[in-house]
Amino acid sequence: MSRRALRTFYNLLALSLSGLATAIGLFFLGAILWTLIKNGIGGMSLNVFTQMTPPPGSSGGLLNAIYGSVVMTLIGILIGGPVGMLAGTYLAEYGRTSRLSMVIRFVNDVLLSAPSIIIGLFVYELLVVRMGHFSAIAGAVSLAIIAIPVTVRTTEDMLNLVPQGMKDASTAMGAYPWRTITSVVYPAARSGIVTGLLLAIARISGETAPLLFTALNNQFWSSNLGAPMANLPVVIFQFALSPYPNWQQLAWSGALLITLTILVLSVAARLVVSSLAQGGKR
Amino acid sequence: MNSVPAIAPAQAAGQRLRERVFRGATFAAALLVLLLLGGVAVSLAVGSWPAFSHFKLAFLTREIWNPVTDEYGALAPIFGTLVTSLLALLLAIPVSLGIAIFLTELAPTWLKRPVGTAIELLAAVPSIIFGIWGLFVLAPVLQRHVQPWLIEVLGPLPLIGKLFQGPPFGIGVLSAGFVLAIMVIPFVSAVMRDVFETVPDVLKESGYGLGATTWEVIWQVVVPYSRTGMIGGIMLGLGRALGETMAVTFVIGNAHRIGSSLLAPGTTISASIANEFAEAVGDLYTSSLIALGALLFLITFTVIAAARFMLMRLDRRALSSV
Repeated sequence: MSRRALRTFYNLLALSLSGLATAIGLFFLGAILWTLIKNGIGGMSLNVFTQMTPPPGSSGGLLNAIYGSVVMTLIGILIGGPVGMLAGTYLAEYGRTSRLSMVIRFVNDVLLSAPSIIIGLFVYELLVVRMGHFSAIAGAVSLAIIAIPVTVRTTEDMLNLVPQGMKDASTAMGAYPWRTITSVVYPAARSGIVTGLLLAIARISGETAPLLFTALNNQFWSSNLGAPMANLPVVIFQFALSPYPNWQQLAWSGALLITLTILVLSVAARLVVSSLAQGGKR
Repeated sequence: MNSVPAIAPAQAAGQRLRERVFRGATFAAALLVLLLLGGVAVSLAVGSWPAFSHFKLAFLTREIWNPVTDEYGALAPIFGTLVTSLLALLLAIPVSLGIAIFLTELAPTWLKRPVGTAIELLAAVPSIIFGIWGLFVLAPVLQRHVQPWLIEVLGPLPLIGKLFQGPPFGIGVLSAGFVLAIMVIPFVSAVMRDVFETVPDVLKESGYGLGATTWEVIWQVVVPYSRTGMIGGIMLGLGRALGETMAVTFVIGNAHRIGSSLLAPGTTISASIANEFAEAVGDLYTSSLIALGALLFLITFTVIAAARFMLMRLDRRALSSV
């Protein structure tokens, strides 16, 4: 083969391989979704949403687990969201390039990729040991801690997208920074901040490891935040590894439910961002 | 001449007060981020103190893990964590590189977004879902179709043969590495893609101008230019793999032992904690598990910090070239 033909051949080979790599990535996404739908859809009945988690061998649903997941995720985002937004605001508007801000930004990035099980251990030491028992509020706090770095990051990025000219205009009219931020910057960055919150919700609603020893699990309906509370991820964990067919079926249904919720949230968040980007270009 | 009416002093004071309150609130929230990391470090140090003071440094070098006699050593989980993560990287790096190349250099514009989004969605799938999929779908496939082949073909080889001997369990170190690889691919490829996109067009055009093929431009211009960022992305993936919990817990088999075979069950730090922590009785047992957590924290913190540092330098370069 001539040198030229050889180079063309290598080119084609390498490019096909990269196409193949992409196909492999997409294949696994497809395979996982297909498995979830195949195994989960059969058990999807009204019972899943209206009945409690059953003892082995009898039928039931996931109502208490769904409720627990929703409650803990909501409390988690209600604590973590505002804290993250405020911290993001500090980094974007007040601290900017100060040394302290650089450190906080770095620490936030580290927290962003820190293993969630470590957060679980931390909250266990912080709350569970002191209270003497597992509780829903401990679960919610660990979810909040996971939501904070996500929100900090997206809030800072989104606030930085707001044109400096708008801020200057507000300052020129004599507004204090807090006025500029709340009346000009936040409204301008609103959809971006909403995206960040949606992504944070998506991130925490599937978290399992930090709930294992904070909220634990509860086979029964409980709305007491001071007591252990059922939640979808831990129920999936427990039921999937059990030998009982009815528990395994519920685990698959729960898995399908949680994955669909998260994928819908993630896609919705991206749609908000892309409409924002297009609005910015115009 | 009309002058603008001056702002009333009381109103001005009110404005200043609100400014102080708002600024204080944002500052407090920002400090809380620092405190969180500090709090995690301190609580892990305190919680693991009984184990470290009881076992001393032998905790790090002993394989034994026996709740009955209350003797614990971290060697097997550390070993499992490192092996599964390295295995995951070995499998994930080429695929991630391929995806990043495809998305930045090959895909037509209309295809870029849907494919990129799909890969990102893979990162959004919760860890526990990878776990049940790995246990019920991947592990049986590996056990039936892949592992027998590995044992037959690679098992008799010298040196690496040891890695592929013994019965095909399905669950074990290899399966855990495989699932981890799928989980880190979206992270590594996303960073690589972003890094590739910072390569100035002029550089690539110079390559093409000299008559280079697409692949030659990628391999000799894009990749060398992005080296630091690529390594940062890989380290970030490594950080993910090291700390990944639920998916590994499902497929690793949870055996506190160090085997030479990749096909045998093992355990990782995070899987041990997830499996045993809620049921651990006795202070020493609990403390040993927290000590495992502290080790995991140290390892991942180092890796992630290094990764972020590399990517931070890259960010600055990207910003300065704008």
